[in-house]
Amino acid sequence: MAALAAAAPVRAQPADTAFVTALGELPDAGFADKEAIITRLVETGHPSTGAVLTAMLEDRLYVRASDRRVFITTSADDTQPAFSLLDPLTLKGAGSSPPGDLTKISTNNRLRRVLRTTAARFALSNPDAAVRLAAVTDMLRSLDDATTDLLRQRLPQEPDAAVKREIETGLAMMALADSDPKARLAAVQTLSSRRSADARNRLAALLERADDGTYAEPDEAVRKTADEAVRNIDFIRSLYSGVETIFFGLSLGSVLVLAAIGLAITFGVMGVINMAHGELMMLGAYTTYVVQTLMPNHLEWSIPVSIPAAFVVAGLAGVILERTVIRFLYGRPLETLLATFGVSLILQQLVRSVFTANNRAVSTPSWMSGTWQVNDALAITYNRIYIVGFTLVVFGLLMLVLRRTRLGLQIRAVSQNRGMARAMGIRSEWVDAMTFGLGAGIAGVAGVALSQLTNVGPNLGQAYIIDSFMVVVFGGVGNLWGTLIGGLSMGMVNKLLEPYAGAVLGKIAVLVALILFIQRRPRGMFPQTGRAAESG
Amino acid sequence: MKLKYLSLAACLIVAGLATSSTINAQGAGTIKIGILHSLSGTMAISETTLKDTILMMIDEQNKKGGLLGRKLEAVVVDPASDWPLFAEKARELLEKDKVAVVFGCWTSVSRKSVLPVFEKNNGLLFYPVQYEGEESSKNVIYTGAAPNQQAIPAVDYLMKDVAVKRWVLEGTDYVYPRTTNKILEAYLKSKGVAAADISINYTPFGHSDWQTRVAAIKRFGSAGKKTAVVSTINGDANVPFYKELGNQKISAEDIPVVAFSVGEEELSGLDAKPLVGHLAAWNYFQSVKTPANDAFIKQWKTFIKKPNRTTNDPMEAHYIGFNLWAKAVEKAKSTDVEKVLAALPGLETPNLTGGIAKMLPNHHITKPVYIGEVRADGQFDVVSKTPVVPGDAWSDFLPVSKDTEADWVTLKCGNYNKTTKKCSGQNYK
Repeated sequence: MAALAAAAPVRAQPADTAFVTALGELPDAGFADKEAIITRLVETGHPSTGAVLTAMLEDRLYVRASDRRVFITTSADDTQPAFSLLDPLTLKGAGSSPPGDLTKISTNNRLRRVLRTTAARFALSNPDAAVRLAAVTDMLRSLDDATTDLLRQRLPQEPDAAVKREIETGLAMMALADSDPKARLAAVQTLSSRRSADARNRLAALLERADDGTYAEPDEAVRKTADEAVRNIDFIRSLYSGVETIFFGLSLGSVLVLAAIGLAITFGVMGVINMAHGELMMLGAYTTYVVQTLMPNHLEWSIPVSIPAAFVVAGLAGVILERTVIRFLYGRPLETLLATFGVSLILQQLVRSVFTANNRAVSTPSWMSGTWQVNDALAITYNRIYIVGFTLVVFGLLMLVLRRTRLGLQIRAVSQNRGMARAMGIRSEWVDAMTFGLGAGIAGVAGVALSQLTNVGPNLGQAYIIDSFMVVVFGGVGNLWGTLIGGLSMGMVNKLLEPYAGAVLGKIAVLVALILFIQRRPRGMFPQTGRAAESG
Repeated sequence: MKLKYLSLAACLIVAGLATSSTINAQGAGTIKIGILHSLSGTMAISETTLKDTILMMIDEQNKKGGLLGRKLEAVVVDPASDWPLFAEKARELLEKDKVAVVFGCWTSVSRKSVLPVFEKNNGLLFYPVQYEGEESSKNVIYTGAAPNQQAIPAVDYLMKDVAVKRWVLEGTDYVYPRTTNKILEAYLKSKGVAAADISINYTPFGHSDWQTRVAAIKRFGSAGKKTAVVSTINGDANVPFYKELGNQKISAEDIPVVAFSVGEEELSGLDAKPLVGHLAAWNYFQSVKTPANDAFIKQWKTFIKKPNRTTNDPMEAHYIGFNLWAKAVEKAKSTDVEKVLAALPGLETPNLTGGIAKMLPNHHITKPVYIGEVRADGQFDVVSKTPVVPGDAWSDFLPVSKDTEADWVTLKCGNYNKTTKKCSGQNYK
């Protein structure tokens, strides 16, 4: 007894022994046994149970190879040099171990579901309102009498309005099966103000008719209210799904604009058909990968670092391309096209040789992943919000460079009248190289954004080059505003069509519409006017 | 003016680049083995590994003294992910190099493209990838899974163990997903699933904007019944799909996705964390612990000289295919295609995950089916396993093929109609 008391500073209780025994069986148990062990852990009523279950759910429960003891780690990141350990019994620090010494106690879907709902019960009294809200949401997914009791006890002492509302939702869902029609009516009225699919389904279930013609809900008045509520929720949800579609269109459009905007400069302003444009984006994406491998411990900073890095890498590649290939081919579009196509193949093979043909894994920083839950019916993903914003910023900066800087003035002068610009003392060759570098650098920056959306592999560029040319031609060659409006409207039309026509037909429809449009207005939406137009 | 060149540019992109590298034949006493896998282009990611697998198997066999006292020699060609080029390269292997056997192809369209070449020249092709079935050629040995060895058991698992009631069949728009989904739809309906509870969708190759589709799956899955996605999405389109699922907070606990084309190799190219818990159905997983598999993994890592390379299902299919062919050659005491084909049916070889792969008269093999959950390290935890299932060339769930049978031993026919008792010859329409 003395030895035991010395080992655990908190006085050993019977619960401790049962808790430790159950915990000790975890490492060697199969998934089905683990489920039984979780039930036993909960039955001990030990104060650390909630922490252990949460740790297991978050992949932070490990067993040490040397002494087969189970520990909670403070972080699930297995790339760090050493895990700091917590004793599962006392939740106090217990030193640290390198990842090689520890084996994770694995979970599967079924187990995670059990863990989530069980751990949620322990999180109801958490001081953090966000944790409590998540716990209640988890509990609503599998409501039973036990969870309902817990929610009912929690309701009077709950200070946070959002958590309170969620608890009321749960209690109302359970009250739909109450024997008292008045209680059911009140529950229906509560649920009618909710927007979640779950609330809607439970209300709709009341209106279902069995084969013998009887309704699931016997009371006429309750049924009528439920019917109105379902219609109301359906209407509001369809409104929000419209909002969602518009946002999808906006975000696809901004990806198109981002991919096309560099091309709008090289193709639109300089008139160079650069088939290697997609590969410059690919270089930007690979730059992101390299930056992430160089700074594995600062993932959240990798994107801000990658943006200037990709601009420099792709921009330099662009300047080299212009100086070594394109400058000899000005005014010979066919040769330029073939030469840059060759360059695109060389660049693809280059990354295949350096990085292998396999796709590279680029992680998304935590601040870019997840969704912004506007309400029960509408959620918008963060990465798309950032990309829409990023496109606008890049576009704004580019406009600023072209309109307000000396370089921008020179670019416009050379593109409009090379001879006159040279006569005014502008080094047109230098301006050509800089313009091409600027376009290429922006392609690189677009690559950083694409690395967050799609595969980083040798074929990344090819997937976007045709779309990019389409956007530039549609918007009007030589007009940046045209590229912006053109890209956004193409994205929008594509997304509005997709739910009805499907992705394949939708894409074809957009292409056909574009061809018809170009037939009628060969110079795009915003054709260039004046002297520059005739020479182009 | 510029538009004219743009159209030319588009043509160039579509045309792609075709290169080939042939290790030419030397020495008269060797047995030549053709390897027909893309080493460049979009399919290179998957197919290069298979080329290396066969090279490893040949290397291993030569260390044991070759076959029939002769050394084996590989003839590697590169069809460059270009379907017509597959047929051209196959002809080159059979007519010019006179190879004894060919290991090759990945996509169904490449197999369909080389099929007439193999039948005309009476060649022998070992095809290692899971496919849509509805085919049995005299000249092809199918070591990958037929639909009843992958798709049907996966759906059974979801129906019984996960109690799924609503189904989204999501695929890339080409022959394998379309045929597989047709079979699955017929199968689900035969199990009493209502048409309203099945949603079938196709997206183009390399689809990267999944927002609308994932939102639609979310909406379809919010009807109060357990929903699962059966994914026949191919290749590169998978990464953005799973990323979007993760971003829209659809976890495997809510709507599990079971995939037929996502394996260890594909997962090694992406951040697997958002995929944890999603499912894959294969006949082989690297994580299955058997002595044979451990030895195979070790041999592969030594051969390829990269300790972090993974093994996968089509590699095992090639392992089995190569061993079956070697046994048949020893049994027939010849590499002649007719004699090898006569020797093949009934031969057995152990597979890597325990159990025996047996060559069936319909040119398919017996395979166990594993369902695995994705782990954060890109490997799989096996959650379900079946005993070995014999491959069925013609699906019993499609009205057009339920009376058709393939038997190259007694009937000598790949598509024998059981009701009319007629063999309609090598015509797979």
